[in-house]
Amino acid sequence: MRQVEIAGTPISRNDGVVKKKTPKAKLQAHGIRMIFRRDGNTISVLDDVGLEVGEGEFVCLLGPSGCGKSTMLNVIAGFLTPTAGQVLIDGEAVRGPDPRRIFVFQERGVFPWLTVEGNIGFGLFKLPKVERDERIAYYINLVGLPGFEKAYPHELSGGMKQRLEVARALAVNPDMLFLDEPFGALDSITRLIMRGELLRIWEAERKTIIFVTHDIEEAVQLADRVVVMSARPAKIQRTVEIDIPHPRDISSKRYLELRDGIFEQIGLAHKV
Amino acid sequence: MSNGLVLRLWEEWFWPVLAAGIFISFWYFSVKWSGSKVFPSPLDVGAGISELATKGLLWRYVLDSLRRVGEGYVSAIALAIPSGLLLGWYPVAAAVVNPTIQILRPISPIAWIPVSIVLFGVGDMAAVFLIFLASFFPVAVATMNGVRNVPSMYRRAGRNFGLSPSKLIARVVFPAALPQIIVGLRIALGVAWLVVVAAEMIAVDSGLGYLVIDSRNSGKRYDLVVAAMILIGLAGLGLDSAFRRIEKMKSVRWGFRNEF
Repeated sequence: MRQVEIAGTPISRNDGVVKKKTPKAKLQAHGIRMIFRRDGNTISVLDDVGLEVGEGEFVCLLGPSGCGKSTMLNVIAGFLTPTAGQVLIDGEAVRGPDPRRIFVFQERGVFPWLTVEGNIGFGLFKLPKVERDERIAYYINLVGLPGFEKAYPHELSGGMKQRLEVARALAVNPDMLFLDEPFGALDSITRLIMRGELLRIWEAERKTIIFVTHDIEEAVQLADRVVVMSARPAKIQRTVEIDIPHPRDISSKRYLELRDGIFEQIGLAHKV
Repeated sequence: MSNGLVLRLWEEWFWPVLAAGIFISFWYFSVKWSGSKVFPSPLDVGAGISELATKGLLWRYVLDSLRRVGEGYVSAIALAIPSGLLLGWYPVAAAVVNPTIQILRPISPIAWIPVSIVLFGVGDMAAVFLIFLASFFPVAVATMNGVRNVPSMYRRAGRNFGLSPSKLIARVVFPAALPQIIVGLRIALGVAWLVVVAAEMIAVDSGLGYLVIDSRNSGKRYDLVVAAMILIGLAGLGLDSAFRRIEKMKSVRWGFRNEF
């Protein structure tokens, strides 16, 4: 009964799900395969993964730990070259990392030798100083770090470091953000606050976001669409549209239906 | 810092001074009760130091030694940091050069004294060359390892923001490796200071090492020998504490803490 409620349909190999709201495809990935060779063994991590993401869309890649969803994100970001398949962004093949698309690591990605200002200004080296300072001030405000301009990352809490990394990414005005379990190292309360912050920023800036997580609740709270990946070698198991407007009531019937549907899809029991 | 014992401000000075005082009195009474005619008491050494000061030798010798260390050390850094960056950045180059480095590295700079004299003659350059050798390997190896240990996340982030390889080295790899480089620099400075004393005993006629050997050879002035030893120790302490200040700078302090 609950199964029926899942709005998505399994993605077939060749046609991704294009949303009606966002007809323009920002990203198209076709037939991505990734095979690693290690100590004479070959490990197939991604097996014919296809993905399509619309302009301004917030997509979560969800799957069990070690399933290859991070590998997929690294392929999309251009840090890894896939064994087969191609990623197109704005119709152009991805050949490497690009400042128009910023990858956000867990909060450990901030540069510890730079202050908050220095980190946010890191990617702005091409701008004249006045403009750079304006942007830095703007993003310090946006992520709620005023008063910490001269602070070093080791003087900040985990949540503040994470916001700093998001600010550093946004400051270069990218069209896309790739977030790889960005809140994984935070405590559960901070994580909840950070999700709200991210949605607020996403609504203000309307970037296309691909967000990797293994946390079902997180995916259902954040995304327009949840792409469920199988265990390794990862395939796309199912795509689920989250048709609840923001702010989402996480005790509403629809939320629980969608969440439980994904729970069952992944094959998890509801009792601990 | 970690054992929970916190010294109050006056105690920070009081206890170390007391410990040194106990050591000096032990020295004083050992000389007195053993009735040694050769070994100087702390009072003799104090007199020796003021004799050196009035002759104008004290500052001249200290500064001569510091200058030699400075010349050898700075030129070693100027070469060792770029080579370390290159070797750390290109693993293939490191694989080619590393065995040679690992053979040269354990050779004490003292063993190079004859070679140095053959190359540069008896004089300042020979001593400076020894300091150079002593400083080069610790700095080059620390830089190379520092670069290798830079988390790939930092490199990826740097590339993501569109940095060219040279900018990536200057703005990401170098600052990320800097805490490890500083450890190498500090070790190198310590070794350089050890080596300058030895070098001055052989190659030159000024400096603290020369003072040690000259005071012994010309009239067995053991008060001046020990005076020179104490000056060597004090100057070494000065160099090291100057370095500790660098480690406390905020842009590198993250690398000297367990958590960050």
